[in-house]
Parts: sequence; structure tokens; C-alpha cells
Amino acid sequence: MSATTHGHNDDTLAGRLSRATDVSVTRCYQCGKCTAGCPMAEEMDYTPSHILRLLQVGLDGFEDRVLRAYSPWVCLTCEMCYARCPQEVDIPKMMDFLRAESVRLKKVNPRAKDFVSLHKTFLDSIHYVGRLYEVGLIAGYKARSWHLFQDVLMAPKLFFKGKLKLFPHLIKNRKNMSQIFKKAGTARTEAAK
Amino acid sequence: MSRIGVFVCHCGTNISATVDCPGVAETLSHVPGVVHSVDYKYMCSDPGQTMIKDAIKEHKLDGVVVSACSPHMHEPTFRRACAEAGLNPYLCEMANLREHCSWVHDKEEATTVKAIDLVRKMVEKVKKNQPLYSIKVPVTKTALVLGGGIAGIQAALDIANAGHKVVMVERDPSIGGHMSQLSETFPTLDCSQCILTPRMVEVAQHPNITLHTYSELESLEGFIGNFKVKIRKKARCVDEKLCTGCGLCSQKCPTKKNLSEFNEGLGYRPAIYSPFPQAVPNKPVIDKTQCTFFLKGKCKVCEKVCPTKAIRYDQEDQILDIDIGAIVLATGFKVLQPDFFPEYGYGKYKDVIQGLQFERLASASGPTSGEMKRPSDGKEPETVVFVACAGSRDEAKGLPYCSKICCMYTAKHAMLYKHKVHHGNAYVFYMDIRSGGKMYDEFVRRAIEEDGVKYIRGRVSTIYEEDGKLIVKGADTLLGHQTVEIKADMVVLASAAVANDGAEELAQKLHVSYDPYHFFAEAHPKLRPVETNTAGIFLAGACQAPRDIPETVSQASGAASKVAALFSQSELTREPIIAVVNRTAPPLHSTCTGCALCVPACPYQAIEMEDIKNRDGKVVKRAAKINPGLCQGCGTCVALCRVKAIDLQGFSNEQIFAELMAL
Repeated sequence: MSATTHGHNDDTLAGRLSRATDVSVTRCYQCGKCTAGCPMAEEMDYTPSHILRLLQVGLDGFEDRVLRAYSPWVCLTCEMCYARCPQEVDIPKMMDFLRAESVRLKKVNPRAKDFVSLHKTFLDSIHYVGRLYEVGLIAGYKARSWHLFQDVLMAPKLFFKGKLKLFPHLIKNRKNMSQIFKKAGTARTEAAK
Repeated sequence: MSRIGVFVCHCGTNISATVDCPGVAETLSHVPGVVHSVDYKYMCSDPGQTMIKDAIKEHKLDGVVVSACSPHMHEPTFRRACAEAGLNPYLCEMANLREHCSWVHDKEEATTVKAIDLVRKMVEKVKKNQPLYSIKVPVTKTALVLGGGIAGIQAALDIANAGHKVVMVERDPSIGGHMSQLSETFPTLDCSQCILTPRMVEVAQHPNITLHTYSELESLEGFIGNFKVKIRKKARCVDEKLCTGCGLCSQKCPTKKNLSEFNEGLGYRPAIYSPFPQAVPNKPVIDKTQCTFFLKGKCKVCEKVCPTKAIRYDQEDQILDIDIGAIVLATGFKVLQPDFFPEYGYGKYKDVIQGLQFERLASASGPTSGEMKRPSDGKEPETVVFVACAGSRDEAKGLPYCSKICCMYTAKHAMLYKHKVHHGNAYVFYMDIRSGGKMYDEFVRRAIEEDGVKYIRGRVSTIYEEDGKLIVKGADTLLGHQTVEIKADMVVLASAAVANDGAEELAQKLHVSYDPYHFFAEAHPKLRPVETNTAGIFLAGACQAPRDIPETVSQASGAASKVAALFSQSELTREPIIAVVNRTAPPLHSTCTGCALCVPACPYQAIEMEDIKNRDGKVVKRAAKINPGLCQGCGTCVALCRVKAIDLQGFSNEQIFAELMAL
């Protein structure tokens, strides 16, 4: 599926999406099957086909609505839409790109701030430890989101069951991991240009 | 010494924009053998052609090279002009300066140099050209119509009414095709059987039509005007001459629980059956895969009850050899079983059916006698959901095309349902309503406005059963992309129209090209829509692409008129571009050594071995001989011949080498 309608100099959101992910919004013929089968459609402010429509038309302010939308953050990446799409539009990939773009352009939906905190903390854990470090994740999330006392009563139980290790279990070659992050970071900034 | 004329065309600016045409003409005038060389803006125009004709007479030309466009475009034009001036048309050749030079190169000196080379090469060829004369072949004035649906019926009747013989071959036990299965037809809602059955009877009774049902094409040989076909007449196990069609055998047959093909699996039929009461011919067939006698060796109930003793268990397939002049392909389409959509539950839920099954449910001759009863429990469905584009326009499933008929038949289905169940709810999920056609959009609006069918714009994502209801989950893309859920009692999937079973195999048998979806390809999508690339084979109906009844009928009439035009002449003229085996004076007779390698190599079975006899009738040599009627001029034998005894007229080895040596 190559993006034919969005050239290299197309600085619209749809153009950047197509360059970065090879997902072309023009392929969508607005049948709505993705929305019809989406388990999270009820929770979304713009359903998947609606997001695609906004990107297709791309009038003033539409991109902003997409970037500030809540939908990308509730998308579960279950890929039901992609599996059933008659035009094979990779919506989960698109949602992933939209999440990254809204973070980059600082347009994250206010309701999704906690999601971003969790995402960032999770990635930090992978970046510096190489795998999931639970205590670090909890601490980082709480520090970022200010939900200091949320679920705090579960901590002792988890600790005694051995689910919370105080020190991280590092992987062998953490240098490689940070190189991956470095590369992915540059690739993303490149792609978004 | 040859006297050749060279005519360089500018083709407006198509050629002259990059090629120096006067320069080409000037250079060519110095080539040995060229006595006249000119250029002109439009050689194919009337003054241009007159120029050629005058030059032939004035300069006594014995060869003409027109340097213009592709011979595909204008070779016949210029050859005709030469013939009118008294020059053998095959002494005229074209150098393609447009497609092969000016269109593909920029304006520079090398372009003109290449143009000069192209013309020079043709001049050298023309020097070796021999006068050729077109070949006349007789035409067998019998048409073969493959398929007995509405397309085949219309084509057969039109050809037969024009006074020509028609042989109709139908795969099923009865003619009628899909149209006989329909309950009503859009946009007038007239009963399908009522308008079709008189035509079916007309076919059976027409003195010019020979009908072979339960038969298939076995093989095809020959060429336009002179095809030889083999038809396999499958064993019906019933003597058609003795059978009166009384139906007693079907009534008494003990094996009654066989799914009826005619009712799309919604009803049953016995092992000895005619598909439907109005079948033509109304003679039953025995389904050998289901008959107790063929499976277990005993029963023979039908033989006992038959009043005319027409049952023949030992009947065998018959092969008929028939000479045919032209063929109309009308093998139709089939409705795709939508079970490749697991999310729609077709095959899993009994009340999820496809369009043709709904036709049988709504039909007065169907399994419910036209009463609206759902297949699972026979209850009247209170809410019915119709899903358009169930298979069509789905690139992910490999069917990106629009099946064209579904929008209209879905509107018709919803309307028929509302006419039968007044208090019921009919919902149609659609993506676009494609209702182009006379009275078509009015018909859809009538379904919406008068019959209250609710149209929802969106594709259905999934269908599942919950508490005895079929839950249809869709989206309304006009209502802010909201999800919609409908609790339905029955769901009808407007399944795609796809190429019929065996279409690919048949196309290969007939040497007819086909598209990626196995629909037969027309010779030109706009200007030759009913012809195939194989001369003498024409197309009618949905075997070419999905189409509705009015279009099918008009295409069938179109194909029939093509056949009638072909049959209006008693012989055909063919291009003499064929291979010949040389013949020389005795004692050599021919350089052919009689190795006969060319015989099996010929794809058209045009070569046979000939005994060359002396005056006393003694065989002195065996040499190959090519039947000019069968040879298509492909050149396979020329390439294969070890002693270069075969030459392709108009493209002889000598001519080709002369061309190459000029470069």
C-alpha cells in the first residue's frame, strides 16, 4: 500500500503519516466497518472512520482536532479494524503515529495525560533497565501523574508475594538498548519532518 | 532494379516535432531503388492517399513504403490505396516512425538518423516482397450458443430468427439460468418466470434451434467460420424421446432428501428430478451420486412406475461432433457463497442467507410458496437486515470490483419483504447506492419513501446470535460515525457476483482471454464489447462482467447481430500471412526432408504430410503441407524447420534478413 497522493513535501498530518508509516488515508472509502467492530468506539470522541475522514478532508482545524482527540489513547491496538478492513488500512499503526505526534507537538488530550505518563515511565524502564522494573514504574508514574496514593494499599500484598523487587534486574547489554532508543528517536524525528 | 516510392508522414506534429521529416524524405531519395520520395502533413488523409495513388501510376512504382504510424493503425488504409492504384497491396509496407521513434525520443539529430534507418530497413524489405492474394474460406452457417440463461436464450432466438441454425448447449438439465430462480425483477417488479418461460419454450420449439441440455463443450478446433466442436451429452439415464415429462418417477422416487440446487439449498428434490416444474425440456435426469440404484445396486422404482418405459440406467455419455461457424459465449456467473466472511456467520446461522436464497424464499414457486418464512424455524421474520457489498468492493478479499446488480436487488428484496410483511422492519446497510439505469433510482427511492425501508450508510462489522436474535453491528457514518446495533430475525447478504465454475478452463479451451477474476475479456472495452480476441467467438451476458437483465439482453442481441453479419456472407476473406512449404521442380520437389517435426509443433493442427507422386502415380517423396485455411501465421514451424523449407508469406527469412542487413 504505497502512499501515492501524498508527496514528499506534503506537510499535512496525513502526508507525514503516510511517509512515516506508509498508511494512506486516501485508501479508506468510509464504509465504517472499523467503527462498527471497534470495542472502544463507545469511549472514543472520534471513531476510527471519523478520524480517517478528518484526515482525508484535512481542512483548517481538522488536524488539530485529530491531534487533540482522545481516541488514539483509548485504542487498544486489538487490530479488529485492520483485520476486517476491506481496503487494508492499518488503523492501529495510524493510531500509534497519532499518539507520537500529539506528544511531539504537545497537543495531548487533557483526559489522556495519565496515559502519557504511564507510556513514558514504561519506556523509561525499558530504556534504562532493559526490562520492566515494577517499583520504578510505580514510582515514576506517581511522580509524573501526581496520583500519589492511588492503589497504595495494594503495595504490601504485592511486596510479600514477591511481585515488587526493590532493585531492578538489569539486562546484560544495556548499551545496545540505549542505542536502539537513540536510533528509534532519530528515525521518528526524521520521519516527522 | 526496383522502383520504390517512399512517403514520409508528419502525423500533424506527432512525428515532425522530433523528426526532420523533409530530411528523411531527402535522404531516402538517394537510396538505390527509391525513385520517388516525398513528405506530407497527413498521409492518411484523402489528399495524402491520392498522392500515393498518383505516384504509383506516374512513376510506375513496384513497391511503396509509408513512414508513418503503427501498421496496426493504418496499414489497411494504405494497402487499400495501393490496391486502388493497381499495385498489389502486399507490396506496400509501413515504417513506424511514430510509436517507435518520435514519441519515445527527444528532438535531436540521432532521432532523425534512427528514423532514416527505420525507413531504409523497410525499403530493403519491400525489394524482396512478393505479391500475395487474400485467402477465401467458406463459412458454416451454424452458431453455437454456450449457456442457456437469458443471455443464451436471447442470442439463440435472435440468430435463429435471422434464419440461421443454432446449437444451444446448457450444462444444467434445464435452460433458464439464474433468471428462472428470481422471484420478481427490478425496476418493474414483474414476475421473472412469467417473462422468461415463454422465451424458454420458444427456444425449444424453434425449428432452427437444436437444444442440448445436460451437455458441455468438450473441445474446440478450427477457426472463424469453420469451428469443429465436440459436445459431451451427459447421460440423463432417461430416453428423451420416450419420456413425456409426466413426473411420476420424481413423485415415487424414495430418495427425496437431496438439497435442491434450484432452490439454493433451501428445499429438497428427489434423485430423479427436473429442476423446476416449468423446466425446458421437461425431462428428468437421474443424479447418479444420489440415486439408490447407482449407490446400492437396487431400487429401480422409477423404471417400474414409468408409463412409457423411458428409464435407461445403462445410458452413457455421448460425444457429438458438430461443425460451427461462430460461437456465442453466454455461460453466466455465479453468486459467491459468502462464507469467507466468518464475521457474518453465513453457514453458521441458518437465518443468515444470501441474495439468491432470498429470491427463492420470496418466489411463489419456492420452498415456502412465496410466504416470508425464515429457514431456521419457519417463523415470519419481524426484522430483516440486508447487507449490501457482502463480498464486492473488498480488496482484502480479492474482489475489488462492484458487482453492479446488488444495489438494485437489495432494494427489491427489501421492498418484496415489506410487501409481504407490512408491519416488519427492513434495514439496508449500504456504502453507496449505485442505481444508474432507466427507472432505477426511482425504484430505490420508492423502497425508501413508499415502503419505508430504512437505509443506513455503513458497513456491517459482525453478526452474532444472542437470545434467539441475530445481532447486527454496524456503523452509521452519516450520523457522526456512531455504532448501530440491530436485533434481527433474518439477515440477507448481497453476495458478490463472480465468474462461473470452470470459466477459466473453458476460456483456455476456446483460446479466449480472461481477466484476473476469470470473467471473459472483450476485444475492446468500449468499441468491441461483444467480441473476444478470437475471431468468431462473441460474448453475451454476465460471463463478461456482472450485469443485470436489460443489459444482458441487449448485449446478447448485439452478439447475435455480429453472428448474423458474419453469416450474411458465404465466404470470408483472410490475410495471406501464412506459412508455406516450398515446392520446386523435380527431382527435388521440395527442400522439405519430410522429418515431420513441424506437424506436432503447429498449435492449430494446420500441417499434414503429403505424398508427392510422379506421373505414374508412384510416391517419390513425402513433404509437409500447410492447410491455408487453418494456418494462423504464427511462425512456429518456420523457426522449427531444420532445412528452412518453410517460409512465412510476407515475413520470409529473405525479407527479414534484408531488413537486418540494411542496418
